[in-house]
Amino acid sequence: MKTALRDAGLSALIAFILALPLAGLVTTPDESLQLRLVFHPWPVAAITVGAFLLRLLWLRRPRFTLPKVRGLGSWALVPVALLPLVSGGRGLDVGLLVLTYLMLATGLNIVVGLAGLLDLGYVAFYAVGAYTTALLTTEAGFGFWSALPLAGLLAAFAGLLLGIPVLRLRGDYLAIVTLGFGEIVRVVLINWQSLTNGADGISGIPYPRLFGLDFSRAGRASVFRLFHLPYDRLDRQVWFYLLALALTLLANLVVARLRRSPLGRAWEALREDEIAARALGLEPTRLKLAAFTTGAFFAGLAGAFFAARQGFVSPESFTFMESALVLAIVVMGGAGRQLGVIWAAVVMIGGFELVRGFAEYRMLIFGLALVAIAVARPGGLIAARLPSVRLNPLRRGA
Amino acid sequence: MTCLLEVEALTLRFGGITALDQVSFQIAPGRIAALIGPNGAGKTSLFNCITGFYRPTAGVICLHEESGPRELQLMAQTEIAAVARLARSFQNIRLFGAMTCLENLLVAQYRRRAPGALPSLLGLRRARAAEAAAIARGRELLARFELLAFADQEARTLPYGAQRRLEIARALATDPILLCLDEPAAGLNERESAELAERLERLREEGLTLLLIEHDMGLVMRIADQVIVLDVGRKIADGPPAQIRADPRVIAAYLGDEAA
Amino acid sequence: MVYGLIAVGYSLVYGIVGMINFAHGDVFMVGSFLALIAILACGGFPVPLALALALIFAMALCGLFGFAIERVAYRPLNRSHRLAPLISAIGVSIALQNGIELLQGARVKPIAPVITGGITLSTQGSFAATLSWAQLAIILVTLVVLGAVSWLVRRTDLGRAMRAVEQDRMMASLLGVDTARTISLAFVLGAALAGVAGLMFLVYYGVIDFFIGFTAGIKAFTAAVLGGIGSIEGAVLGGLLIGLIETFWSAYGSAAYKDVAAFAVLILVLLVRPEGLLGQRTAEKV
Repeated sequence: MKTALRDAGLSALIAFILALPLAGLVTTPDESLQLRLVFHPWPVAAITVGAFLLRLLWLRRPRFTLPKVRGLGSWALVPVALLPLVSGGRGLDVGLLVLTYLMLATGLNIVVGLAGLLDLGYVAFYAVGAYTTALLTTEAGFGFWSALPLAGLLAAFAGLLLGIPVLRLRGDYLAIVTLGFGEIVRVVLINWQSLTNGADGISGIPYPRLFGLDFSRAGRASVFRLFHLPYDRLDRQVWFYLLALALTLLANLVVARLRRSPLGRAWEALREDEIAARALGLEPTRLKLAAFTTGAFFAGLAGAFFAARQGFVSPESFTFMESALVLAIVVMGGAGRQLGVIWAAVVMIGGFELVRGFAEYRMLIFGLALVAIAVARPGGLIAARLPSVRLNPLRRGA
Repeated sequence: MTCLLEVEALTLRFGGITALDQVSFQIAPGRIAALIGPNGAGKTSLFNCITGFYRPTAGVICLHEESGPRELQLMAQTEIAAVARLARSFQNIRLFGAMTCLENLLVAQYRRRAPGALPSLLGLRRARAAEAAAIARGRELLARFELLAFADQEARTLPYGAQRRLEIARALATDPILLCLDEPAAGLNERESAELAERLERLREEGLTLLLIEHDMGLVMRIADQVIVLDVGRKIADGPPAQIRADPRVIAAYLGDEAA
Repeated sequence: MVYGLIAVGYSLVYGIVGMINFAHGDVFMVGSFLALIAILACGGFPVPLALALALIFAMALCGLFGFAIERVAYRPLNRSHRLAPLISAIGVSIALQNGIELLQGARVKPIAPVITGGITLSTQGSFAATLSWAQLAIILVTLVVLGAVSWLVRRTDLGRAMRAVEQDRMMASLLGVDTARTISLAFVLGAALAGVAGLMFLVYYGVIDFFIGFTAGIKAFTAAVLGGIGSIEGAVLGGLLIGLIETFWSAYGSAAYKDVAAFAVLILVLLVRPEGLLGQRTAEKV
């Protein structure tokens, strides 16, 4: 206990030294807009005490492991998935957000989790999907449903274009190059005014229709009019949510199938040991390209979701932070472990939204939470890889 | 055919170093050939040239398959691995650690048996049949190498001896006619070495040709039909074990001139 | 030039620990704030003294920061999934950015030019090529600092230890090198360098905000990779190149795309030379 106190005390001291100038001496403009230093003692005190307590807590934390969530894990998702349907507009909105990120994470899971390629510019494909949808629906008169596959395909194509030159780079170089690509796309979006309308974005993206029927109050093809139903704004969202849910489910099924297929195994082999994989006849470039492109496709789909849900797109939604967020979801979910990724998306995005009440502190808490989770559960929320095929099937209760 | 693998005047030079200098030898089919020599002699370099990981500066490597001779020195590594009927293991075990034993064996069969991605996705009968066949072959190999107990266990959790066996099994899964093993006995104790020797002899009886790099002289003397000795990139001896054992040049290479 | 300093920090850490320290750019940002505070605090002091004090202040505290970050966010992850430290670093980066935003206010912080004037190199018509004292000071400080770092890495025990850990961590620890301490010191050093860079940035550009860490961080990382990650000279070279590229691009091309010019160049270079300009070609033994 004594050493723990001493350690915590040391942490508090360091925190104090660091906090004193940064938190204590705030640069505030005075009347003549010159910066002056104003002493704020309270933040300093708070940080120091906080550091002390946190360190103490960390050092004396009880050793516990999360209970193994075997088969239970997937079933527990059902109520979670249905929750938004009963929680009204806000719940549906959050639900849609979770699904969008989940779609993104599913795609990135292929690239990072299965194939082991570090892609930090994933947001680029997301943007391609979103803007494709936006442009097709607003300028070319496409409906959402016709635009959706095109969004995916175009994003996949972008993945192909980027992948060909870039995929033979070593892991960390690949990371920075993909990061760069993400930024390039963002800057291009801002500056290519004629196509993308620059920073103002494109608005007026229509909601998806149900067999040609829309959800307007009194339009000619309105669902409400046709079926003589009372107008309820919520129905539109419910409809979209169910759709997104179905699509995301489908995506996950596809990825699950892929993982069990020879292709998925080849990806994992490539990730584990590229040289051994090559010696067995696997061709790294083609495999990596396949992973990259497939991942990009899903990002494109997610982009379409995003565009339709918001009704408008602008470059500021596609920053590196998004790539980082999706990556965090994948890693926290256990990179490769689909169920884990699903839960991670739910917890992280859901949690993020819940904390909305704290407004300005939200991002700070998020950052700290990331560090906390990474340190506490480095293998991800649900670690451990499940084999894709078993010689001897699991006996019940084994 | 009189020889399975024919290496002629193989030379490998890079950065001022001559790793292999005009090495030539032939290996008859159905034989176990051992490649020995002091460290740095160029044994692994030779392996890497044969299997395509290095591109030789000069020379010819010819694998005589049933369909005709195949010149390996011109082929790209992945091509060799995919098309030529040879397989290799590595000096430092290179298993797919996070995957199970069975999965390791399944990956090895990818190139030859894999259905496309779409058929797999849709669960078409062709895909499922191919998968079942691959699993069956995997089971066969696991049984043969006494790895059935580990079938669904992650490869990296296996004991060392088992990992070595898995590596060989995995190389066999690609259905080669020439098996190249890089120090298969490294780190094995007496009993495991003896078991390895038996296994390799049985493979020979089944018609497989083996090329080994080995430092374990006991193993080499016991099972090899032909011993090729390299020293500083040159072949200094080539013949049956008894002849090599008594060759003064070989003794000199290993022990230094005074002992000759 | 400034990028070069930050890039060296990146290279140091990456070379030794093999991790991309995402938070590095934000340490630089913190450094610039620290420098600002120091300069404001030394309101009435003569300029060189204030700058020197600010330099020491920024370096010391940033170094401390680096130490703290490494201990809290990275060290516990030593043996884990290779991506976990990256996520942690991203978390630290976010926390730092938003922390400073909350603590110091989200607005940009301008400051009256600390070093004014300069020397005129030549005059052609109405254009005068000047080298301001500020630029001179920056170049000087950078060279001195880099020289010191270079000396440190090459000549001292610590430097040797760092290089040993970089090559083979387990072996180094078996040989008695305190790897944990060496890694810590690498982080501290890198962070201190970032602190210097922060001061330089403040002096040169005269305005800072909580977001500069991100852009600078990416560019610095690009510089480090461009020059060959793990190589200090490479990092500096990379930094110089990036600075030059940006300047030229702004002058002749579209200024809007300035930020991505560096990336474009990076991609091109890596295509031709995958290990960077001065990097070592690391071959894996088969």
